[in-house]
Parts: sequence; structure tokens; C-alpha cells
Amino acid sequence: MSDLKYSREHEWVRLDGDIATVGISQFAQEQLGDVVFVELPDLGKAVEQNGDAAVVESVKAASEVYAPVSGEVIEVNSKLEDDPELVNRAPTGDGWFIKIRLSDPSQLDGMMDEATYNEFVAS
Amino acid sequence: MAAKDTDTFTGNKGLRIEEPLIFEQHAPGRSGVDLPEPPAVQDRLGGLERRDVIGLPDLSEPQVMRHYTRLSQKNFAIDAGFYPLGSCTMKHNPRLNEKVARLPGLADVHPLQPASTVQGALRLIDTLAHWIKTLTGMPAVAMSPAAGAHGELCGLMTARAALEARGDARKRVLVPDSAHGTNPATAAICGYSVEAIPLNDRGRVDLAALRAALDEDVAAFMLTNPNTCGLFEDEILEQSQAVHDVGAFFYCDGANFNAIVGRVRPGDLGIDCMHLNLHKTFSTPHGGGGPGSGPVVLSEALASYAPLPWVVHGDDGYEVVEHEADASDAEPYGRMKAYHGQMGMFVRALAYMMSHGADGLKQVSSDAVLNANYLLARLSDELTLAYDGPCMHEVLFDDGFLKGTDVTTLDFAKAMIDEGFHPMTMYFPLVAHGALLMEPTETESRDNLEQYIDTVLDLARRAKAGDAQTFQDAPGYTPRRRLDETAAARCPILRWKPDSVSGEAAE
Repeated sequence: MSDLKYSREHEWVRLDGDIATVGISQFAQEQLGDVVFVELPDLGKAVEQNGDAAVVESVKAASEVYAPVSGEVIEVNSKLEDDPELVNRAPTGDGWFIKIRLSDPSQLDGMMDEATYNEFVAS
Repeated sequence: MAAKDTDTFTGNKGLRIEEPLIFEQHAPGRSGVDLPEPPAVQDRLGGLERRDVIGLPDLSEPQVMRHYTRLSQKNFAIDAGFYPLGSCTMKHNPRLNEKVARLPGLADVHPLQPASTVQGALRLIDTLAHWIKTLTGMPAVAMSPAAGAHGELCGLMTARAALEARGDARKRVLVPDSAHGTNPATAAICGYSVEAIPLNDRGRVDLAALRAALDEDVAAFMLTNPNTCGLFEDEILEQSQAVHDVGAFFYCDGANFNAIVGRVRPGDLGIDCMHLNLHKTFSTPHGGGGPGSGPVVLSEALASYAPLPWVVHGDDGYEVVEHEADASDAEPYGRMKAYHGQMGMFVRALAYMMSHGADGLKQVSSDAVLNANYLLARLSDELTLAYDGPCMHEVLFDDGFLKGTDVTTLDFAKAMIDEGFHPMTMYFPLVAHGALLMEPTETESRDNLEQYIDTVLDLARRAKAGDAQTFQDAPGYTPRRRLDETAAARCPILRWKPDSVSGEAAE
């Protein structure tokens, strides 16, 4: 069983203390197709749950990546700037987008575990 | 990606010539003109004279002529074939419009001429404004916006000016999922936060969701009607009531006016501002063939905030109001554009309107809708409709019919090119999975529609019969095979660089 929590907007969160690592799901990267560009937020930016956090652009479309939880951006995956393909290769691993210091851990309660999320995308 | 895929000695395919870049044709010393040596004079450039080569190619006149002619032959245009690109209204551009636009009295005037010397041109703008206001049932029009998205910006800036004038600056703009993609961009550039409104299962705006999202912080609701699913928003009167109940403005994207011109007047629907695409509905050339033009009609509530300039009837004929000081009671928020607007497109659009007449324009929208529904009826045998019809001027399919075939919408579109058609719009709107959006317009003949339909049906059957490879290899008959879009986006080569020339030539 994976330790990831998923949002309805196809982001995942992995929690380590009060630090949440955020990326997009395997399903999301499949739907997007080849990712060609990722725009990351500035460090220190305050993001709100379901607010804009990053932009991911594929050969098909440009899409917003929403912050699944509120908090402060404390780290961004700058590797994505030179190698956006990481999002396709390892969406839930090296292809992570940002790390957020959580302001309200209870927001995680509303998110789906992997099994529920898989059911959600299958429906 | 430019791999030679022909077995001819030259690389040419018949009379379709494999044309190198103009810089690659550089032959040192070659020239199209024979000028005398400059006289020997003392230069006064103080040491700033050019030392390096400029880097322009040396070419003969016939070489230049052939180069650009050959490039132009690689274009596909509405004058060359059927162009069913949904949401774009690629209709025929009547030659009568072109003839009128080239009349010296219209083609050779300058926007800085005194008004007394261009009375005819001003009368033309005024007459076109009258036609636009009559067709839309709206009291005012801002003529200057240069194209559709510019018109959206104009409309929303006018609404913002009206809100701010009443001390009621608001923060949010609501945009349905079936709107044109430029709508949320317009709202964002005006400083509003954008909120998406979902569709119901009929492909229309979910009225309950709209009502739930509306409050007194909403500046405007931006609807596209007919929407990008090709469907008429049949609850538009309820929408407009709900929008006005919270004191917001109702923006309508008029890009699809082609479907309703002569049949529905937006003014009767409670719309506060709407741009028209003269280059879609009124046939002026576009899509590489000419500039757009996006006049914006305005309701009574917004009319006095319209941007400068506008044409008025003065004591000595037509005059142009160029400055706020001359605008009497109006409170223009500024200008959108230098000069008066896209004059060349005004001429063509008015020629189109007057040559068709009111009855002809009604026939235009009727035929556009009939043609789209003909596609819907026949193509539904093999394709899957995104939403039940009837549709308006365009018909939206999803990729359900390709499920399990290993053929994608993109592959299907590439195969259409091999069959000699410009592809339909793909993957838009996003609400339909793998969307294929087709707009035949009223100007295609029955014969053309039959050929197109038979082609799409044949391709759909081939895809379902398991012939995925043909689709994945398409296009095969084009000057270039399928481009690697991922490599092009990740490692773009944006300009030519010389192999061996040094210095400024490379800059």
C-alpha cells in the first residue's frame, strides 16, 4: 500500500512531518502525454488548498497544478526545468513538483488513498 | 524529421519541389541588381562603419521569386480546399469584398487625413456600426478592437470601468467549461480571478452551479453562445437574469454568431457586451490570410464607457471623437488601438452584409446550421457524439468510436491530411475526450460535404477494422511526414545558423 494521498484534481501528496511533497498522478501524466515544460512557483510563496501552484505543459495542453493543501512553498524540483520528461518517467518519484510546509494538516483527511483514487479515475 | 522519404534523385515529389531555406541558397556575389560602384568619398562615420558581413543571402531575382512561390504552394488555405476547423468559421471569402476593398477611394486613404477628406470612409464605419447594432439589437458598438480576443478584452475592460465608476470593483469572473479558451485569459489579464462553471449532461452551462457561484463579488459571467460544443445555451434568459440579480455584467463571446445571425438578437437575451468576429461571421479573410476585426456591442449600461475613438454625425458631416474632452457625457476608459480599427476588414464586412442583405444573412446562419447537422446525422453512423444534437454551426464528436483501435484523435487527423482535407479541430473543447470538432460553414457545397463525410466514415471503418498502422504512419503524402512534436517543444531550433560564417552574420 502506498503512502500517497490523492486529490480529485489528480495531484498526490507524500507527508514527512509537516512537509508535504506534491506531484501529479500516474493517471494525470498519461492523460497529458509528453510533458515539455514545467513552471514552478517561487520559494516562499503561500499557496492555498485548490489554488494554483504550478503549470505543466505537454504537447497536448497546458494545465494548472493545484496545491492539494495550503501552506508555504519551501522547495521546488528545479530538475524539472531542464528535464520535464521526469514527470512522465517518474510522476510519483523524481518527477515531484514542490514541497509545502503544511499550515493545516487536517486538510489531508479529505484526500483519497491510492485504492480510492484508482476507483475514482476508473469511474 | 526532414528525412528524405522519396526515391527521386532530386528529393522532389513530382512538381512539388523540395525547397531549401533561403539562407542555404546563398551564393556569394550573386545579386538581382547591377548597381554602379559607389563614388569614392571620405566617410563621416567616425570609425563606426560596418566591418563584418551583414549575413543576408546573395540571390538572383528568379531564385527569390521561386523560393516564395514554392513556400506559398505548401500552404493550405480556404481557397485551396475544405477547411472544417471547428470554432474557426473558415468560410469562403467572396471576391466581391476584395474588389471593393481595393477601390482607390478606400484603399488609398490614411487615418491621419483630415475628416473632411475621408467622409466616405467615415460613412462606411458608421454604416457598418449601424448594421452591427441592428443585427445584434444593441444600442452601441466599439469598432476599434483588432480581433476576437482583443474584443473580449475591450468588453471586459468596459464592464470593469462601469463597475469601478459605481465604486463597486469586484474580484471574480465566471467562465463555463464550454467557453473559448481566450475567455479565462481575458479575465485574468483584467486582474480578475477566474472560476470555471461546469456543464450539465446536455453540454450546456449547469444553471444551478452558475447560481451557486454568483454573488456580489462577481464582475461578469463570460458565456460563449452557441458554445464550443456547438450547442445553443437554451437557458440563457435564466442565466442573464441570475447574473443581473447580483449586479454583474453578462459577457457573450460572439465568435459563433455565424450560427444565429439574422435569427437571434443578443440584445434580446440580456447580454451586456459581446464581440463579433468580422473575420468569421462576416467572411473577412483570416487564419494567415488577413487580420481579424473584433467590434464589441454594448448595452445601455455599458455604452458610455466605450473606448475611443468613435464616429459621430457633426454639423459638417461625419467627425471622429478622438479625445475624452470631446466625448461630452461619455466616460471612455481610453483607447484599445491606434487609429479607428481594421478599416480594410470593415470594408469587406460591410460589402458582405450589403451584398447578402438581411434575408441573405438569415440564410447564411440557416445553411451553416443545416450543414453541420448533415455531418451530425451521417457521421453518427460510425462516430460517437459528445452530446446529443441537434447542433448549431459545428458538431462535436469524442474519441469513443476509436476505443480499443490503438488509433488516437491525432492519428485520425493526420490521416485526414493524406486524404486531402484540413483536419477538424482536435482535443478542443476539453470537455469531450479526444474531441473532434467540425464546422463545415454554409459555403461548402453538398458534393464537398458528401466527399468529406464518406472519407471520415471510411477512415473510421478502417480504424475499427484494425488498420492502426496506417493511421500511426500518417501523413504519408505530405512534404514532411509526422513531426516529432515532443522533440520540437523540448529542443526547439528557432533559427538558422551558418556552419562556417563567423561574426555578426550569426547574430
